[in-house]
Amino acid sequence: MVQEIICIVCPRGCHLKVDPENDYEVTGNSCPRGVTYGKAELKNPTRVVTSTVKIKGADLKRCPVKTDQPIPKAKMQEVMQLINAVDLEAPVRVGDVIIENILDTEAKLVVCRDIG
Amino acid sequence: MFDVIIIGAGVIGCATAYELSQFDLNVLLLDKENDVSLGASRANTAIVHGGYDPDPATLMGKYNVRGAKRCMELVNTLDVEFKKTGSLIIALDENDLKTLDKYYERGLLNGVEGMEMLDSEETRKREPNLSEEVIGALWIPESGVINPWEFTISMAEVAVREGVKLELNQKVIDIDKKSDHYLVKTETDQFQTKYVVNAAGVYSDQIHNMVAEPAFKINPTRGQYYLLDRSAGETVKTVIFPCPTELTKGILVSPTIHENILVGPDAETVSDPEDTSTTREVLGLVAREAQRSVPSLNFRNNIRNYSGIRANSDYNDFFVKISAPKFLDLAAIKSPGLTCAPIIAEEGIKLLAQEGLELNKKDKWDGTRKIIRFKEIPKAERADFIKENPEYGRIICRCEHITEGEIVAAIHRGLPIFSLDAIKRRAGSGLGRCQGGFCGPRVQEIIARETGVSPLDILLNKTGSYILVGQTKNAESED
Amino acid sequence: MQNIKEYQLIIVGGGPAGLAAAISAAKSGLSEILIIERDKYLGGILNQCIHNGFGLHYFKEELTGPEYSKRFIDLLSENKIEVALDTMALNLENTEDWRYVHVMSSSDGYRVLRSKALILAMGCRERTRMNIQIPGTRAAGIFNAGQAQLYVNLEGYMVGKKVIILGSGDVGLIMARRMTLEGAEVVACVEVMPYPGGLNRNIVQCLQDFNIPLYLSHTITDIKGRNRVEQVTVQEVDQFGKPVAGTEIYYDVDTVLLSVGLIPENELSREAGVEIDPRTSGPMVYENKETRSKGVFACGNVLHVHDLVDFVTEEGESAGHAAACFVQDGGCVTEDANIISIKTDSNIGYTVPQQIRVDDVEKAVRVFFRVRKIFKEPSRIVFRDQSNAEIASFKRPFMFPAEMENVNLPRQLLDKISGTELTVSVEE
Repeated sequence: MVQEIICIVCPRGCHLKVDPENDYEVTGNSCPRGVTYGKAELKNPTRVVTSTVKIKGADLKRCPVKTDQPIPKAKMQEVMQLINAVDLEAPVRVGDVIIENILDTEAKLVVCRDIG
Repeated sequence: MFDVIIIGAGVIGCATAYELSQFDLNVLLLDKENDVSLGASRANTAIVHGGYDPDPATLMGKYNVRGAKRCMELVNTLDVEFKKTGSLIIALDENDLKTLDKYYERGLLNGVEGMEMLDSEETRKREPNLSEEVIGALWIPESGVINPWEFTISMAEVAVREGVKLELNQKVIDIDKKSDHYLVKTETDQFQTKYVVNAAGVYSDQIHNMVAEPAFKINPTRGQYYLLDRSAGETVKTVIFPCPTELTKGILVSPTIHENILVGPDAETVSDPEDTSTTREVLGLVAREAQRSVPSLNFRNNIRNYSGIRANSDYNDFFVKISAPKFLDLAAIKSPGLTCAPIIAEEGIKLLAQEGLELNKKDKWDGTRKIIRFKEIPKAERADFIKENPEYGRIICRCEHITEGEIVAAIHRGLPIFSLDAIKRRAGSGLGRCQGGFCGPRVQEIIARETGVSPLDILLNKTGSYILVGQTKNAESED
Repeated sequence: MQNIKEYQLIIVGGGPAGLAAAISAAKSGLSEILIIERDKYLGGILNQCIHNGFGLHYFKEELTGPEYSKRFIDLLSENKIEVALDTMALNLENTEDWRYVHVMSSSDGYRVLRSKALILAMGCRERTRMNIQIPGTRAAGIFNAGQAQLYVNLEGYMVGKKVIILGSGDVGLIMARRMTLEGAEVVACVEVMPYPGGLNRNIVQCLQDFNIPLYLSHTITDIKGRNRVEQVTVQEVDQFGKPVAGTEIYYDVDTVLLSVGLIPENELSREAGVEIDPRTSGPMVYENKETRSKGVFACGNVLHVHDLVDFVTEEGESAGHAAACFVQDGGCVTEDANIISIKTDSNIGYTVPQQIRVDDVEKAVRVFFRVRKIFKEPSRIVFRDQSNAEIASFKRPFMFPAEMENVNLPRQLLDKISGTELTVSVEE
C-alpha cells in the first residue's frame, strides 16, 4: 500500500508518496534527495538515540550519551532500557564507549560530555 | 492548655499573634495551609489605603486612618517593603466629580490628612500617562503600596521568635465548648485553650458558626489582576483609582514596591473560596477598564495574572465582636482590612481583656525584625560584605537580583519552609519577568540542602502542588 | 572602589556566541580576554540540549549540544582566554574610553572590571504562560519546555507523567521525544498558528515517530487543577486567533510544557543605554555587530533569536573579530562613514544588521532576516535603494518563518546605492 511521509531533507517538507509494492517508488518529491530519503525511511528507518545515564562521583548526576550511528527505529525503546540500566563513574570523556555493538546494531553508546 | 488559639494565619491572625507575643501568654497560631499568608493576604491590591472611602459610621471608617499610620510605623519596625506613593482618585465626568466631593467629605470625617482637589491640568502634570479625559482628581498623600505577604510573614516571624507557637497544615473542623475552656479540633489533632480568636478570613463564618448562632455570611469575592513588568517604564508613580462605574467598583492602576505595575481587580462572587483561577472574559474586562484611566497600558508586558478571594459578607462592616464567652471574632475582614489589620488586632485584644484575659507584659520583648536585602547594600560596601558573607555573592534570581544568602536567611527565620513560593514571598525570588523559570530549580536545590529534604518533596505552593514526579532512569535514591 | 582590573575585551555570556567570539578575538590578536559566565559551566543552553543535529553547517557533522560546545571550550586555554564562572554581570556602564562591568561571585566578591571592547552574548529566555495569558488555575505542573529540559537532562528529574505541549517550537518538539523516551505519555502538541513553529525533521522524528498528534490552529484555553494540573481545555482558533466555541477537547494531564517563543535577554544592555530594536528585542547593530554604543558588540540569541547554533557561532566569530579590530585600531569605523539603513516590507519581520557602514565593509555583508509568512512557491528577495533601483535580488524556492534566512550583499553592490536607505522585500 502506498504510504505518505513528510520529507525532512530540507525545510520545504514535501509530502512524499512511497509505494513498497512497486520497488519503493517515490512521488511527490521536488528533488532527487527526496527519493533517497523516501526509500530509506520505508525500507529501514533509523534514528540516532540520545539520552542520559546515571553517573557517580561528580557534581552532575546525569551524563549525556548517544548512539554513535543511527539504529533501527524499531529498536529505540529496547535501547532505552539498556541506557537506563547504565551506571557510570566519573571521570568520563567525550567519546568514551559505554556499550559496544548495542543489540547487534554495530552502533556504540558513547559519552557526550567531559565530566569529572 | 493554651491561653489563646488564633485560627487563621493571614494578616489579621498574624497581627494578633504579633501583638499578643509581647504578653506573658501561651499562644497558638493555627492555619490550614502549609504557610502563613496564603489567603486574601497573599493575593490582594497591596495598598495601604488613605481612608477617604469607608462610611465614617463603620469600624472601617474609624480604623482606616489609624491603621494607615500604624502600618507606616510597622513597616520600619519590621523591615517590610513599603513606598508612600499617595493615591489619586480620578474623575472622568461630572458624575465622578460629585463622587470626589463625597469622598472628600468622608475623608474629613474619617480624619484623612492632606487631601487636595486637583484640576485636570494639575492631575496630568503629576501623572502624564493618565487619560486626556481626566477632568480632576482627589489627592490622598497618606497612602502607599506595601508588600502584603511580607508584612504578614514578618509579624508571624517575630511572634514565633517571641514565643508564639505556630502549627501549619491544621484545618479546624470543630470547636467544643467545655466548662472552662474550648477544645479546638483539627483534622489530625485537638488543642485546649481558654480563649479563641477567629481570624479565618473567607472561612470566618464557618468558624463562628461552630460556637455561636449565625450572625453573618461570607460571600467569597474573587478579583483578578495583571502584574506588568517594569520594562513598561514608569507608567504611574501613584496609586490611580477611578470612580466606581455601573460595571465595576473601579479598576486601579498602581505601582508596586518592586516597581512593576499592578492592574485590577474586578469583583465576582464565587461559590468556591479556593477557586483562584483567572478567566479570559474578566481579564479582558479588567484590561479595558484600566485603559480608561491609563490608555497607554501595554498588556504585552504582563508577567503574571492572579486572583485573590476577599472575605466580603452580608454584614456591611468588619465583624469585630465577642460572639460567645471568651470567643473573639475578627471576621468578615474585607478591604481596607490589610490597612486596618494592626488596629483590628489591638482592638480585638482589648475585647479579650474585657473578657478576662490577663495581659502582663514580658520583661523582655523585641518587636523588631531586620533582614538583609542585597540590592540595598551600597555598591562601595558590597565587596567587603561578600568577603564576610560569600553566599551573598551568588545571584540566584537573575531578574530580581536575589542572592543565595537572602534565600538561605529566609529559610532559617523560624517558620517552616515547604515550597518555592514560600521563598518567593520571603526573598522575592521568582517575582520577576521569568517567573521563576531560571531560579526555580536552584531555589529548590537550596531548600533541599538547607532543610535536609529531597528536592522531590519540595512543592510549588500549597500542599499537593508537587513539581517533580520522580527521577529519570528509574533511579530511586539520592546520592 | 578598589583597583579596577582591565581587559582588552570582556564578553558577557559563555554560551556558543560568547565562546566563538572569544576565540575569534584571540585569533585576531587580542591577548587579554575575559568571559563572564553566570553558570558553573561554560556552554550555556547547549549543556541541556543533549539531542543531536548541531554543527551540520559549521562542522559538517551532527553533534549533540555538549559535544558542540566542547569543540570551543577546548580551544580556550591555548588561546589564553580567562573565564570567570559562577559570576553574574550586574551592571554595564559605557564611557568614551572604557566599558565598565560590575560583576559578582561568591569566590571573588563584588568587582568592577573594565575593557576597551565589550561583547554582549547573554542569550535569551523563554516566554512564559503569563506572557501569552493562558487563563485558569496557577497549579504546579506548568513548565517552560527549556526548564523541563534542564530538570530532565541535567538534574535527572521527571516533571510529569502525562504531558501536553503548547507551541511547536523546536524545544517543545525535542521535549516531546525526550519525555516519551523517559517513560512519560505525551498526549498532544498544540500550535496556535496554522503552521508548525519548529523544523520538519523535529515534527517527524519527535512527534510522528511516537504517534503524538499535532493540532495546528489550536490553543489551550483553560487549565484546571487546584494544586497540580489535572485537565486542560484545547480549542481551535479562528483566523484572528480567537477560540471557536464548540471545538473544545479536554485532556486529563498532569503537566503542560510551553514552547511559545524566546526573548533576547537585554536587561543589562538596556540599562547601559544600548539601543534596542523592538522587532528583534535585541540591540540595533551595524554590519560588524557593533551596537549604537561605541565599543559594545552583540552576537547570538541576545541579538536575535536563532534556530541554528551554527549561525550563532558565525555571528560570534564576526563580533569577536570586529571587537579585536576596535581594540587594535580604535575600530574598523570611519567617523564619517556612509551609513545605509535597511528597511523591510511587510513580508519581512526584521533584518540583522539594521544598518551598514558601507566604507567599513571589506568584501560583503551577510544580512539575516525572517519572513513573516510561509512562501511555498519560488520567490525573490529584492533589495532596492531610495531611487527604487534594484540593487540585488536572490531567489528562494520556498521560505518559512521558522527558518532564519540570509543573503550576502557584496561591497561593490553597496557602492552603487543612491540615498541612505535600502528596502528589502519579498516578491512572489
